[in-house]
Amino acid sequence: MTYTFRALLTGAALFVGGTATAAECIAPANPGGGWDFTCRQIGKILYDIGQVDTPVQVTNMAGGGGGLAFQSVVNERSSEEDLIVAASQATATRLAQNAFGGATADQVRFLGAIGADPGVIVVGADSEFQTLGDMLAAMAADPSSVAFAGGSAAGGFDHLKVLQLAQASGIEDVRSIKYIGVDGGADAITQTVGGFTQGMTGDMSEVVGFIQSGDVRVLAVLTEERVPGFDDIPTAKEQGLDVVAVNWRGLYVPKGVSDDHYQAWADKLQAVGESSEWAEAMAANGLAPFLITGSDFDAFITQNIADVQALSREIGVIQ
Amino acid sequence: MDIAANLALGFSIAFSPFTLMLAVLGCFIGTIVGALPGLGPSNGVAIMIPLTFALGLDAVAALVLLTAIYYGAMYGGRISSILLNIPGDEPAMMTCLDGHPMAKNGRPGDALVISGVASFVGATLSTIGLMLLAPMLSRVAYQFGPAEYFALYLLAFCTLGGVASKNQAKAAFASCLGIMIAMIGLDPNSGMARLTGGNLHLYDGIDFLVAIVGLFAVSEVFFFIEKHGKQGALNIVLGRVTVPWGEIWSTRWVMARSSVIGFVAGVLPGAGASLGSFLTYVSEKSIAGEKGGFGTGVAKGIAAPEVGNNAAAGGALVPMLTLGVPGSGTTAVLLAVLVTLNITPGPTLFTDRPDVVWGLIASLLIANFVLLAMNVPMVKIFVKILDLPPAILMPGVTMVSFVGIYSLTGSYFDLLLVVVFGVLGYVLRKLDIPTVPVILGILLGGKMEKQLRDAMVLSDGDWTYLFSSGISIGLFIAAFLGFIAPMFLRRILRKPQVPDSA
Repeated sequence: MTYTFRALLTGAALFVGGTATAAECIAPANPGGGWDFTCRQIGKILYDIGQVDTPVQVTNMAGGGGGLAFQSVVNERSSEEDLIVAASQATATRLAQNAFGGATADQVRFLGAIGADPGVIVVGADSEFQTLGDMLAAMAADPSSVAFAGGSAAGGFDHLKVLQLAQASGIEDVRSIKYIGVDGGADAITQTVGGFTQGMTGDMSEVVGFIQSGDVRVLAVLTEERVPGFDDIPTAKEQGLDVVAVNWRGLYVPKGVSDDHYQAWADKLQAVGESSEWAEAMAANGLAPFLITGSDFDAFITQNIADVQALSREIGVIQ
Repeated sequence: MDIAANLALGFSIAFSPFTLMLAVLGCFIGTIVGALPGLGPSNGVAIMIPLTFALGLDAVAALVLLTAIYYGAMYGGRISSILLNIPGDEPAMMTCLDGHPMAKNGRPGDALVISGVASFVGATLSTIGLMLLAPMLSRVAYQFGPAEYFALYLLAFCTLGGVASKNQAKAAFASCLGIMIAMIGLDPNSGMARLTGGNLHLYDGIDFLVAIVGLFAVSEVFFFIEKHGKQGALNIVLGRVTVPWGEIWSTRWVMARSSVIGFVAGVLPGAGASLGSFLTYVSEKSIAGEKGGFGTGVAKGIAAPEVGNNAAAGGALVPMLTLGVPGSGTTAVLLAVLVTLNITPGPTLFTDRPDVVWGLIASLLIANFVLLAMNVPMVKIFVKILDLPPAILMPGVTMVSFVGIYSLTGSYFDLLLVVVFGVLGYVLRKLDIPTVPVILGILLGGKMEKQLRDAMVLSDGDWTYLFSSGISIGLFIAAFLGFIAPMFLRRILRKPQVPDSA
């Protein structure tokens, strides 16, 4: 009896001790979104494949479209070595557009991306547009005749995809293209299928269910090559428009960690990215492979932010 | 036939002892969570999420536990509404209007039984509705564009004046206050910060749960402090609980109508249980007319909102499961769980994972019977929880409110906001300004603005776009009548009422 009790106490002490040193992953949004998914999946696989000894603790810190978590990491937790933070293209876009209250990308260290949600342009199944060319021709004739719905705010990444396509096809007056930012991809589809908007711009994962149910037609996927599993969906590139836009899913760590620690985390992330568990999670969620870690990813981010900044300036989202 | 076969599959999953145990456990926890002021279905479910992962539950088991808590909280919310006049959760706020008066008239047992049966009817009918109509009703969402949503939200605000207050000017002021608070945060179209004073904590706006807990729970605590907490929180003695069969039978048509209205309100994305209870109460009040005695503690006034909010709870699952669009705050939390469990809600969920969908539906049907048993014959257990001296209950309310909010938002800033809203609620109630429209303003103001601005973007600023469909015109007319009618009714019916009140 006493023995059992003592064993329990020891167990409890070990448990408490264990969690105290467990790695923490901050999802800068409420449960359910992409960042939450990133934290929970990566955290789970890290533990399952033995890269960490204790389960990764996921903390949701919603606010300011990720800005609150970014500021908190920069200002209060800049040297914590067991801290990882979920990030995506949205993080980079907002940094590029100075939407994090003056924070810049070099205040943290970007660790890597292990998957990407390909951008898509979607219309309702009964839409008059059969190809991306049909749609862009209608927009060339009257830019305000085709309205889009997407899951990001005006000026956000979903909006930029449409503007990039319009620019690539030679439409000059991109500012008169109508865009409404709704609450996530499913809402955007609902508006489009209901005929309130003519097109939907979003990520592949947001439309998978609707493709299978036959409610929508995907005019183009914004990747270099067709996405495995969705081989009948043409890329924008093969329709003559050189636009590639993927919503990568990845992590950053605080600025103050040592190079050794940074490399150790990058290796762990690489291991997750190469695991069969992650391959399954990607397939189930409509993600395409996109594995870049460490310094290569740092370079990718720098370039990406510069590109988004240039485009945003051109279309007047930022000064 | 298809449904029968599917349902058989569902019951074969739901009747496993472990799943059954989870459903009962969920019902029990849910009812307590619902009954405690401030804690509602969404924070109840949110608090339990870590537990489901800690227990290593599979997808079906986790969903059964969490939706049983959801339904349980919807039942439990009425208990504190009736006995304390504090809504246990936000959808239960309409139940205060007649439930508490009936309890004060010496019939708390009847009020609890009528509302319990009403909850059962609403929840069961809407679960059956979910089962039969989910694939079909998912199409309703396609009929609602920005103009239609704007008209719907306007309807909610306009009809509020007649319900929440005897003074429409005060109700309108309260609504405006709520809408103003809803404007805090990022501008939905341009992404620019508004009224935040540069504080990043305010960028996402003010969480309506924070406002609810502050305005209802914390301000209630202030009132107790003012009264020196002399009398018990529960100044209503619950005697023998008997079933008033005749009265329940007299509400049968109310229940039938309210089930339909509540269910439809739940199906609409973003509308949810609060709108369901609100619309059912308003429509029954107008059907009954001034002679119906709504607001004085009548059975119909208790049955309508309880049927409405429970029916909406089932309805809200329809868009969540079929479209991945949550119909309410709680289903948004449930959606988060589904995604985490690697289940993608959408039109294909019913064919891809029949075990999940039908196991869930069967469990919900079972949970309803469990909840009826817990909430009618065994309701005293839950009342005991509320029947504590204020010296214990009020600090408890404060603690649970703060813990609940912190568990949901994880932000100390929100705890400060709870106190601010508590003071605001105290001041408003002292000035006899209703707090319910403030909540509605915070809840719907931002969405209403967004829909209006989206409508303007799509139409190039043409206001007639708002009246471009039959649905929106119908809703606008209903909104106009809803705002005007109570003024005339009040004027016409004031005179005969005087002898009654004298």
